[in-house]
Amino acid sequence: MSDRLDDIYDDHILDHFESPYHKGHLPCPSCAHSERNPICGDQLTLELQIADGKVQQAFFDGKGCAISQAAASMLCEHVEGRAVEELRNMPAKQMLDILNVPLTPSRQKCGLLGFKVLKTMLYSLDEPPAEPAK
Amino acid sequence: MSATVRDVPITAAAIRGEFPLLTNTAGGDRPLIYLDTGATAQKPQAVIDKITECYEHFNANVHRGVHPLHERITAELEASRKKIAAFLNTRPLDELDLLDDVSEIIFTSGTTMGINLVAQSWGRQFLKPGDEILLNPLEHHANIVPWQMIAAATGAKIVWCPLTADGRFDLDQFDKLLSRRTKMVAVTAMSNVLGTLPPVGEIVRRAHAVGAKVLIDAAQSAPHAPIDVQAWDADFAVFSGHKLYGPTGIGVLYGKLELLDEMGPFLGGGNMIDEVFDDHSTYKRPPFKFEAGTLPIAEAIALGTAIDCVQAWGWDVIHRQEQALLEACHERLEVIPGVTIYGPSVAHKGAIVSFTVEGIPAHDLGTSLAQRGIAVRASHHCAKPLHKCLGVDATTRASFAAYNTLAEVDALAEAIVNTQQMFFRRRG
Ligand SMILES: Cc1ncc(COP(=O)(O)O)c(C=O)c1O
Repeated sequence: MSDRLDDIYDDHILDHFESPYHKGHLPCPSCAHSERNPICGDQLTLELQIADGKVQQAFFDGKGCAISQAAASMLCEHVEGRAVEELRNMPAKQMLDILNVPLTPSRQKCGLLGFKVLKTMLYSLDEPPAEPAK
Repeated sequence: MSATVRDVPITAAAIRGEFPLLTNTAGGDRPLIYLDTGATAQKPQAVIDKITECYEHFNANVHRGVHPLHERITAELEASRKKIAAFLNTRPLDELDLLDDVSEIIFTSGTTMGINLVAQSWGRQFLKPGDEILLNPLEHHANIVPWQMIAAATGAKIVWCPLTADGRFDLDQFDKLLSRRTKMVAVTAMSNVLGTLPPVGEIVRRAHAVGAKVLIDAAQSAPHAPIDVQAWDADFAVFSGHKLYGPTGIGVLYGKLELLDEMGPFLGGGNMIDEVFDDHSTYKRPPFKFEAGTLPIAEAIALGTAIDCVQAWGWDVIHRQEQALLEACHERLEVIPGVTIYGPSVAHKGAIVSFTVEGIPAHDLGTSLAQRGIAVRASHHCAKPLHKCLGVDATTRASFAAYNTLAEVDALAEAIVNTQQMFFRRRG
């Protein structure tokens, strides 16, 4: 019934979708990465400014469904000020908890798109010099 | 028993009654509103029963034994092949070919395999560097990617024929692009996104005039209108069982016998060989040359049952109901502010309506409709080149069959309005 529906598109999801936090680009990001969800065509780029082992600033850009875009916005808010090491260990469950809406398995892919971009980026940080932003 | 031909025309309501999933309320207080026939059709009871009957009463492998079970299942399979040949209105074969069990109907796993088979077997043999394969943006990825693969392997080139502004096949552009270099025109008989119905017969006529072959992708048109390979004069035609109320995993490739005879095999293995020597093999004639390995036998037999059902319902009843649904859907959706319907007007399309709702991403709209008990598809529908032309990343698609009702169209319109109210609730 429609109560469940309002659960998914809860106010906090629609807030982040309509007025996202840090949507755009950093002038000189330390690292950046993009991915797509081929099923629904969501696209997402995440850019981080890292100093002293911490994420100083996080920006995202992309297009797609309300869930993927709101999740990316919340993720940017969440990661700022946190240690890279801590974020490397962040479990997917924590991202779903931040979203705090019931998602079916197919919609979890949308909710976790930004998280996947973040993880991929953080895991490759120690590899030879971080890729410049595209 | 399978469906029988009736004296009295069947009603759309009676057609609906043959589909257990559409009348089943086990999952909730009301049955699902299924507007996703374009992805796959629901199955009538007769098809479901036929599969059970195959496994309960005459399961065996085909063409490889003398036990009564083998005889029975082989007879059922070949009877289904003949039904399909009649359904596509293939021409009669000559007596000697019939004695050889030759047929122009090849069982495949579906449309995708049929197109890959032609692209690989025909393409490898006949395409040369500089030859052209003509496509247009209405095509499903299944009728694009196999051609790109064989083009890359042979040095042939893909040429794109643009559409008219309203998403119809543009015969004038087509004429300009056709040339002696054109070797293959691969075209859908019905767009799975816009519902557009390209003028297949005319396309074949003009393509043949420059010596090109034509493959018709009838995956989407098969459940809505007859496939007449003689009237079309098609060189190849393909469709999938699952969109024609039949099982998944089975499909059909029709090819003109002379072309099939010239082509090399696609997959090698058992059942397709004539002789096997140490260093090479010789092959059977069509269809077996192209049917390596064990087929999905029960599915192939039950596809024959699905065709019995369609013929028992009759194209007139199917067409009338689908046209009523299509018109109602356009009428109801066009008046909702923010809704844009893509593609040609109702007069130029089949029962598919793809649309966007301003401010609501397609995936969210699909989720919202799903939660209101309505199954639609929200994506690029395996037609990215088309969505690039439309200038949108994704659309929401309602696709109809004769088993749908006008009340379901009303429910769709209402659910769209409710979703807008929910999504924009904070805007006052
Ligand atoms: C026009 C068209 N062609 C090809 C296909 C592919 O069919 P299948 O996945 O059954 O091989 C589809 C299915 O969506 C289609 O609509």
